[in-house]
Amino acid sequence: SSATYLSAILHGVMISLQSIAELEAHSDRVWSVSWNPSGTLLASCGGDKTVRLWGKEGENWVCKYRLEDGHQRTVRSVGWSPCGKYLASASFDATTCIWENKDRDFECIATLEGHENEVKCVTWCSNGSLIATCSRDKSVWIWEVDEDAEFECESVLNAHSQDVKMVLWHPTKEIVASASYDNTIKMFKNDGDDWSCFSTLASHESTVWAISFDKTGERLASCSDDKTLKIWQEYLPGNTEGVATVGSDSAWKCVCTLSGQHPRTIYDVKWCSLTDYIATACVDNAIRLFKESDCNTDKNQPSFDLLHTQYQAHTQDVNGLCWNPKIPGLLASASDDSIVKIWQVVEK
Amino acid sequence: MALENENPLVFEAAKDRQITPEEEDDDVVDKIDNREVFDLIRDINDPEHPLSLEELNVVTCSQVHVDDDKNEVSIQFTPTIPHCSMATLIGLSIRVKLLRALPARFKVDVQIYPGTHASEDAVNKQLADKERVAAALENSHLLEVVNQCLTSRKT
Repeated sequence: SSATYLSAILHGVMISLQSIAELEAHSDRVWSVSWNPSGTLLASCGGDKTVRLWGKEGENWVCKYRLEDGHQRTVRSVGWSPCGKYLASASFDATTCIWENKDRDFECIATLEGHENEVKCVTWCSNGSLIATCSRDKSVWIWEVDEDAEFECESVLNAHSQDVKMVLWHPTKEIVASASYDNTIKMFKNDGDDWSCFSTLASHESTVWAISFDKTGERLASCSDDKTLKIWQEYLPGNTEGVATVGSDSAWKCVCTLSGQHPRTIYDVKWCSLTDYIATACVDNAIRLFKESDCNTDKNQPSFDLLHTQYQAHTQDVNGLCWNPKIPGLLASASDDSIVKIWQVVEK
Repeated sequence: MALENENPLVFEAAKDRQITPEEEDDDVVDKIDNREVFDLIRDINDPEHPLSLEELNVVTCSQVHVDDDKNEVSIQFTPTIPHCSMATLIGLSIRVKLLRALPARFKVDVQIYPGTHASEDAVNKQLADKERVAAALENSHLLEVVNQCLTSRKT
């Protein structure tokens, strides 16, 4: 559109998405994609109850592993440990499986049970010592990972009043953020004895489907069924802006709402730590790319430009996205059309 | 189980679709229209009564909106009573029917006709959440109930 073109010109860069590969193997909708920490393997999962691991052989992307028999129902999300040796998969069958990379194969070494119904997301903290899972049972569970790869539930957090869609660890701190059908985002930390909610981020008017920290962990992007993308800023105690905080906890405030760019529900948002691009996955089959405006550097009132819309990125809803952690601008996408695609951001 | 609404008003069914010469001509591309989508859902059974959604006035052709060019289908349905506990199940049945019958390119919205149900927003939100719809359809008991609603009595 002309508005996109104009903002791109103002931003001084024209970008597009180049299709690199179309990966077809899933026999049902693909819910989620996740790169391993070295950026060499892409995990995907979906309605066919399997996890696929994709890698490059020569110039071609191929399915290297097919993880089956771990789950009885849809696999909703996959998450890698920071060391890349373990992969966790969260399923509608109410369990989370831990897979270990052993002798050129992946083996299920543990099944985490306890949620009452569908597990929606699983994520590892930055040093690999903790896992968080969340469920339609409204709870977030924190699991401790010991040196022998044994997993024990450390805390059950019942702060949300509805289905919890996503959990995500802060990039450096032992803080976990969760997004819910109750329209809020919550942040949890360990305050010595137990884990507790220290901040509730309320502004979205419908389900919050996904959240993504920027590389500093001082900002968070969120996307929702209310068709908006929001940017939240962390304010530390004693901040010069006068944002009220409680005790030693920081406060999170919505500093930017992007509305009007997405005609339907936004299912995923991913903030790239290498390029600072924000990518969104929308029900209108499009992938959109945003970046913070150069001309406005006030962190309390930032503005973000829509730089590119890849219409018909897929033939059905786009459900999940993941930026490669090593190759700048390499993006994977998952869709209801059962296909996983890999894209490269091209700057002109 | 006692019926929530013992004596529902029963409405006359619409006449069969009139087939035009253009529609019989295979060289003419027929777009999917309101009436075609209405015909897909009118015979869905009510979960409680031995009557169709059309006979109970839960669905009417005038509350079906199709835009074939934009790949959009929107249905508003009217529960028989404002506290109908079956509203979510009825909406789910409509959604599943269209999921199975329409090409995958269509974006389908199923909502309660505004002002006709006490928990309208909550029901609409649940019906719009495809993750919860997907999870519900993996529940074999619920799937069986939905399939019963979708089994046509006429054949």
